[in-house]
Amino acid sequence: MLLQRFMIRLLTMLITLFGVAVVVFVVIRVAPGDPIAMMLPPGATDADIDRLRALYGLDKTIVQQFFIWLSGVVRGDFGTSISLRQDVLGLVFNRLPATLELAIVALVMAVTIGGTTAVIGARERGTAVEAGIDIASGAALSIPDFLWGLVLILLFGVLVPIFDISGRVSPQLDLPFVTQFYLFESLLRLRLDLTWDLLKHMLMPAVALALPLAAIISQLLKQSLKEVLDLDYVVLARVKGFSETQVILREALKNAALPTLTLVGVQFTFLIGGTVIVERLFSYEGLGNMAIDAVINRDLPLIQGIVLVFALLFVLINLTVDMMYALLNPRLRHG
Amino acid sequence: MDENRAQGRSVSPRLWLAGGWLLLALLAAIFAPLVAPQDPLAQDLMLERLPPFWIDGAEPGYWLGTDSLGRDLLSRLIFGGRIAFIVAFAAAFAACLVGSTLGLVAGYFGGWADRIISRIVDVWMAFPPVLFAILLVAVLGTGLSSVILAIAIIDWTRFCRVIRAETMGQSRMDYVENARIAGYGRIGIMLREVLPNVVPSIVALLSLEMGIAVIVEAILSFVNLSISTDDPTWGGIIAEGRLSIHQAWWVLVFPLITLIVTVLSFSQFGEALKTRFDPVLR
Repeated sequence: MLLQRFMIRLLTMLITLFGVAVVVFVVIRVAPGDPIAMMLPPGATDADIDRLRALYGLDKTIVQQFFIWLSGVVRGDFGTSISLRQDVLGLVFNRLPATLELAIVALVMAVTIGGTTAVIGARERGTAVEAGIDIASGAALSIPDFLWGLVLILLFGVLVPIFDISGRVSPQLDLPFVTQFYLFESLLRLRLDLTWDLLKHMLMPAVALALPLAAIISQLLKQSLKEVLDLDYVVLARVKGFSETQVILREALKNAALPTLTLVGVQFTFLIGGTVIVERLFSYEGLGNMAIDAVINRDLPLIQGIVLVFALLFVLINLTVDMMYALLNPRLRHG
Repeated sequence: MDENRAQGRSVSPRLWLAGGWLLLALLAAIFAPLVAPQDPLAQDLMLERLPPFWIDGAEPGYWLGTDSLGRDLLSRLIFGGRIAFIVAFAAAFAACLVGSTLGLVAGYFGGWADRIISRIVDVWMAFPPVLFAILLVAVLGTGLSSVILAIAIIDWTRFCRVIRAETMGQSRMDYVENARIAGYGRIGIMLREVLPNVVPSIVALLSLEMGIAVIVEAILSFVNLSISTDDPTWGGIIAEGRLSIHQAWWVLVFPLITLIVTVLSFSQFGEALKTRFDPVLR
């Protein structure tokens, strides 16, 4: 049952990825600008142009170009960046850890803030505290991450300048890292001075990304907590003498969390999508920031590579959440 | 229906505040040449970085101050509203038309139509929307129609997903079966019986989408990929403000407040309209 569900999801995932590859390819080949013309110095001959076109495979038919590119991608060959003249896969892997760290820190924040306010709101249901939480989460949800980022820059970068609003790490620091996962590696090496510096840079963009997701988690979890709190087994726990907070944390939470989980998966992909502009806003050296540069430079191979990596990440997250849901849901587990 | 309750909801302060702001901003944008105190493009280096009116050193006639080229901020915001509202209306209606139609077809007919449309939606959902928008504008070339087209191409799925689910729910109801027994054709039932019942959701989504379109346009002009750089846009002003944030905070603060209030108004307006039109809630 589970294995069958997994195989079906895996197959749909591959179809989706193929669709993504087709769309990206079609979109990019519609581009009116000629990337080759931009690479050449003035006075280049037609022979030079032809040689470059052949080098990048641009002299074949569209369908041929697509399958040449696709078979390369499947083998891990994403081509060469036109603007940076480096291997696309290497460039992407160099930047991806920065984006993943930012997204994971933001996710942890969103779950913490959203979970806490949901529990408080459910405990204080019907009071002014719950109404206050509702208003705050409504505002957090309606204002997108781009605007939150700007608000945070104004508040904590200018008005009370306590956090860094630009870059990933202070440039004067010596970095001993061998991986690009600076934050995780600094923790493992117990270089907490570096961890602090990284967090000071990461906090503002992460909060901007986390707020809308925290609001969704808060609203949905509070709603399902309130439903669960009326069920017999919870009433029984209350009769046994547990305090309301204990009832919520020990009895209600694990059953109320399941519907929230599915939603968090989809919303997490939205959060990762938001890193593109938020990284730009805070000059954070991640994949999204590089993607915008790639678009501005009309660097087709790099754009293709980045978009495909984002898409792979998205479908993998959805697959993981789907499997977690199936594993945790007793009805599906024993079905 | 209960007239009093419907009336009570319609005059909710939420609807009035949101609607009032949107109307004010829209009128200011339409009549920008009459309303704006200055020429939004006029540069004057003698007047650079003037503060807003309540701070010492302000000049009369430059209510919200000026940017680093001495251009009047209020006039630029008013003219920037033109682009924002054109994009909001055009992109949202285009996305709505495509998305709602496909959602209605997928939800009502099911089967292969649903499978194909849902698969396309899945593919679309695998793209980070902002990156997709930037990519499309880079490919289509900057300009107003490219921005509108890009937003519509990306955001039709928002309508499609919701309307599909709602249509599926409606199609299982008795009244649809009754209409079929009464001999109506399937397309007739879809348009005459099902569509009116999903209209409240479409209206709410439409208003929400206008707010989203305003943000996407601001993001695109923030990264300098929207319309030509001469015309003032809210995102363009924000990009200038981000650069001169330590010298002239007002260049960032006022467009930011404008954007936040506009986006909140669109979403609140949509919610209020949905409550007003929804036959069940009313």
